[in-house]
Amino acid sequence: MKRLETEILVIGGGAAGLSAAAEAAAAGAKVMILESDLHLGGQLVKQTHKFFGSKDEYAGTRGFKIADILLKEMESCKENIEIHTNTTVTGYYSEDDTFTAMRDEDEFFTIKADRAIVATGAQERLIPFVNNDLPGVYGAGAVQTIMNVYGVVPGKRVLMVGAGNIGLIVSYQLMQAGVEVAAIVEAAPKVGGYWVHAAKVRRMGVPILLRHSIKRALGDEIITGAMITELNERFEPVGEEKKIDCDVICIAVGLTPTTEILSQAGCEMMYVPELCGNVARRDSSMQTSNPKFFTAGDASGIEEASAAMVEGRVAGLSALKSLGYPTEHGRLEEYWGRLQALRSGEAGKRICQGLTCVLTEDWEAVHNG
Amino acid sequence: MDDKEMLFNSGILTEEREGAILPPEELWKNKKGGLVVVECPQRIPCNPCATSCPTGAIRPFSDINDTPSVDHSKCTGCTLCVASCPGLACFVIDLTFSDDLALYKLPYEMLPLPVKGEKVLCLDREGKCIAEGTVENITQPRKDRTYVIHVSAPKNLVREFRAIRVVK
Ligand SMILES: Cc1cc2nc3c(=O)[nH]c(=O)nc-3n(C[C@H](O)[C@H](O)[C@H](O)COP(=O)(O)OP(=O)(O)OC[C@H]3O[C@@H](n4cnc5c(N)ncnc54)[C@H](O)[C@@H]3O)c2cc1C
Ligand code: SF4
Ligand code: SF4
Repeated sequence: MKRLETEILVIGGGAAGLSAAAEAAAAGAKVMILESDLHLGGQLVKQTHKFFGSKDEYAGTRGFKIADILLKEMESCKENIEIHTNTTVTGYYSEDDTFTAMRDEDEFFTIKADRAIVATGAQERLIPFVNNDLPGVYGAGAVQTIMNVYGVVPGKRVLMVGAGNIGLIVSYQLMQAGVEVAAIVEAAPKVGGYWVHAAKVRRMGVPILLRHSIKRALGDEIITGAMITELNERFEPVGEEKKIDCDVICIAVGLTPTTEILSQAGCEMMYVPELCGNVARRDSSMQTSNPKFFTAGDASGIEEASAAMVEGRVAGLSALKSLGYPTEHGRLEEYWGRLQALRSGEAGKRICQGLTCVLTEDWEAVHNG
Repeated sequence: MDDKEMLFNSGILTEEREGAILPPEELWKNKKGGLVVVECPQRIPCNPCATSCPTGAIRPFSDINDTPSVDHSKCTGCTLCVASCPGLACFVIDLTFSDDLALYKLPYEMLPLPVKGEKVLCLDREGKCIAEGTVENITQPRKDRTYVIHVSAPKNLVREFRAIRVVK
């Protein structure tokens, strides 16, 4: 069986992984990126809208263009970066400190790495309702992939479930693709995403029904509609059900971090609702309780590409440092400054609360008692 | 929670708020080129409006989460912020266009693109059609496919008209 080796293994080639790789490779470390998808970029390549955040993190630039910027940065140190796309890390075996990976569906190999940065992003949540297994019920990520990566529209008229940023942005992108959005239903009494994103779809005539949820999908073989219902303060259905005509139901009710590899590596994990799931405890250098493992991006807590990129840089820098490479003095502090600035708003408050639970001062201090 | 609050919570501006304050009437009515109208009432980590503004009319943020605060006396109506704002929350309205019409400069990222002279539907914040307008010009200030469509339409819609629909 083929066996590969590297100094720093980056698992996941999204915003966080690419930033980590660029940071580490520029300083001379040998980096290997493994990415499940056919191409690098992660969530970024599906985002046709302009990003928020600060200029340092390319605010005002469309998501897929940000992926291009990161790939270009990697060009300048490409001799240090080995890239495998269409390759999924399937496990980590601590007994022999080996990663297993699968390219396509038949080529299986192992990897030895001195350090690993887990930047595996997130998975979509789904909600139960009658008939949610009918063709035509999609996760928002799937809708974005078929529409923005492959140029195929998912249907003619969509009911969007969830008014977080993803539900709002995907609704807007659907309209850009010429698909009608019948309505957006949201269980909370307030849109969860940015108000400006809501305003943008509202003025295109899309109703956002707060305190509403989907009860069931209608149809035998394909979706012909959906029944929705109003909810009270306790999220219990009230009043009469209403019918929405649609041929697609798009679920955008949130993401949860992808962390299996970290669990396999024995990293101390913690369930943190503010970070949307189970995440690894880490110190401010993004090092986990297993000193060989670092984490960054959505895998360390659902946040934004802007923060994912800075966290990736922190993880890349710390992995370098722990391998004995010289690093620029004050750089880590600069990155933390940027993270803090990004997190100082309303949305960041929740993230900061979550972080106070998972952040450890310093693993050495913890390990030495 | 009252209806007005519910409406605001679903993305409809119901009254002036911090980050969504109309230009002062006196300055606005005679200002050739128009003045910026910003509707961004929530603190979010975002600042391209301020960083793209060449005159400092949108005051530089001290914290990236600030809501935009505008010094309208410095605004030239250049529409750079209109094209840069990822929230499509900046508009320029020129009240000097004619006696009864104003020129509305609105961001547009949909298809099809209208052409000069074409009639388009004027939409309010809920997407309701409130009038018909005429496309006077189409620009692409940042050459990044966010267009700014200049539409002439009745002056009395300054508080309502925020988007267009192209009917082909
Ligand atoms: C609709 C939408 C709109 C958004 N808008 C914004 C915005 O305006 N501004 C902003 O800052 N952020 C935005 N985001 C968030 C942003 O896209 C994410 O926070 C960011 O992409 C996270 O980066 P990441 O690298 O952590 O994860 P991802 O981009 O998800 O990348 C993870 C990568 O890891 C790969 N992977 C997973 N498991 C494995 C494995 N076992 N082996 C190999 N590879 C693996 C995946 O294929 C994926 O490519 C948006 C997200 C969505 C969905
Ligand atoms: S229109 Fe021009 S001058 Fe006025 S606020 Fe916008 S960018 Fe600044
Ligand atoms: S760029 Fe737009 S969305 Fe961002 S803060 Fe300015 S007005 Fe608000």
